[in-house]
Amino acid sequence: MAALINVPSKAKRGDIVEIRTLTSHIMETGFRHTADGNLVPRNIITSFTCRYNGAEIFRADLFPAIAANPYLSFFAVVKESGKFEFEWIGDNGYSSAASASITVE
Amino acid sequence: MNTPVTRRSAALGIAVAATSLAAPSILRAQSMGQIVVIGGGFGGAACARALKRADAKLPVTLIEPNKTYISCPFSNEVIAGLREIEAQQFGYDKLAADGISIVAQAVTSIDTQKRRVTTDGGTAFGYDRLVLSPGIDFHPEALPGYDAAASETMPHAWKAGAQTLLLRRQLEAMADGGTVVVAIPANPSRCPPAPYERASLIAHYLKTKKPRSKVLILDAKDSFSQQRLFEKAWKELYGDMIERIALSQGGRVTSVDPATRTILTEFGNYTPDVANVIPPQRAGRIAGIAGTADTTGWCPIDPVTFESKLVPNIHVIGDACLGGGIPKSASAASAQGKACAGAIVALLAGRTPEAPRLTGICYDTVAPGYGFSLIGNYQPKGDIFAEVEGVATSPVDAPRELRAREAAEAERWFQTITANTFG
Repeated sequence: MAALINVPSKAKRGDIVEIRTLTSHIMETGFRHTADGNLVPRNIITSFTCRYNGAEIFRADLFPAIAANPYLSFFAVVKESGKFEFEWIGDNGYSSAASASITVE
Repeated sequence: MNTPVTRRSAALGIAVAATSLAAPSILRAQSMGQIVVIGGGFGGAACARALKRADAKLPVTLIEPNKTYISCPFSNEVIAGLREIEAQQFGYDKLAADGISIVAQAVTSIDTQKRRVTTDGGTAFGYDRLVLSPGIDFHPEALPGYDAAASETMPHAWKAGAQTLLLRRQLEAMADGGTVVVAIPANPSRCPPAPYERASLIAHYLKTKKPRSKVLILDAKDSFSQQRLFEKAWKELYGDMIERIALSQGGRVTSVDPATRTILTEFGNYTPDVANVIPPQRAGRIAGIAGTADTTGWCPIDPVTFESKLVPNIHVIGDACLGGGIPKSASAASAQGKACAGAIVALLAGRTPEAPRLTGICYDTVAPGYGFSLIGNYQPKGDIFAEVEGVATSPVDAPRELRAREAAEAERWFQTITANTFG
């Protein structure tokens, strides 16, 4: 499943808007063992970034204690119409991206 | 709290004194112990009966405002038009014949110091042991937009009766090709597999009467009770008629707008033709009056005696208690009611109650003649009930004859539990 994004389609100049993101990921901690004693290798998302018209406005580092399917919500002040771009990077070369546009009146 | 005495509160004090003078009929405890049970559902009625059965001379009062009890188990079949509401209705005549004093009034206050319950009829009932079986209420803050008025357009049908019939009428009025949303809250909630049974039986109704329609489940959970059995049955019986959006796909409902019949999740809006919104729950109203609910909204208990951890001499059974592993179901409430009665009889006799072993049975019917079941055993472990050995669930791969047999068993289970409780 692709990531879920919730960005308002419209806002007034200077509004504070809430941005919600959810991406499907197992977030395997790397601390668990299988029934036969082998370590289950770590497989997590390590970094999330949000850019607004190319400029980074929000970044989060993620760690093994974060549950599967990380849900992140944050706020931004919108001054001009444009595009939010989201990127998730993780173990084993994991990478996922999504975007959403907003019209500022 | 130290409130200064104003003229207003002094006047109120006089009014209260006048009321208590007008109602001097306090039925005081005999030496053997006066028991009051509040709530005449599967838990409270079973408890009152078990108390009377253990000792016919024990004075037991059951306070329940409704003269007719309407059963939630099997009410999903009423919604789907497979059963009439009359088959869900039970009275208290047989309990009265057992010698239980039935009071058809609503409780307005409980004085936990003086051990006295007052009703809207103005009567006060003294107790040595009080049993609360208040069921559930809806959490008004947990789902913005969803209040009593909203339930008239977006029925919950999570308390059987008028709501059950309203949801049925809405389904009957819907045009073919419509969408029915069933919005499901996170646990703990009353009867965890029941929302999925409901979605199944609604799909059965639609498949039979309005085959171009669909059921959309918006779910605040990722996994659920009997999931593999349900999903297999859905595929087998209803194809792609039932769609489910789980928590991690954005299925959690965050608010509703009854004016436009809109359901909002964290990632989308839905405006279905029929919106069955099952809101987040907490212990019933009486628990709030008694002060037995904690910040979770549910009532912590000692699982051996069901006595409240917060208020002495009050026992809480059924959906309202924090039971741990034991699901909130009619079968569990009935088992708890009987075990609680045993504990109270022991306590009154000065004996130490034995730790109960409870069995909960759950049947799910996904279509007429297609059922499956889950049986669990539970014992006290610390502050809660933990599941112990003896869990039995229907196999995921089974011939239709077994499903048909289990559907018939479900019906027999209902006849038995209602006969035991009310018959």
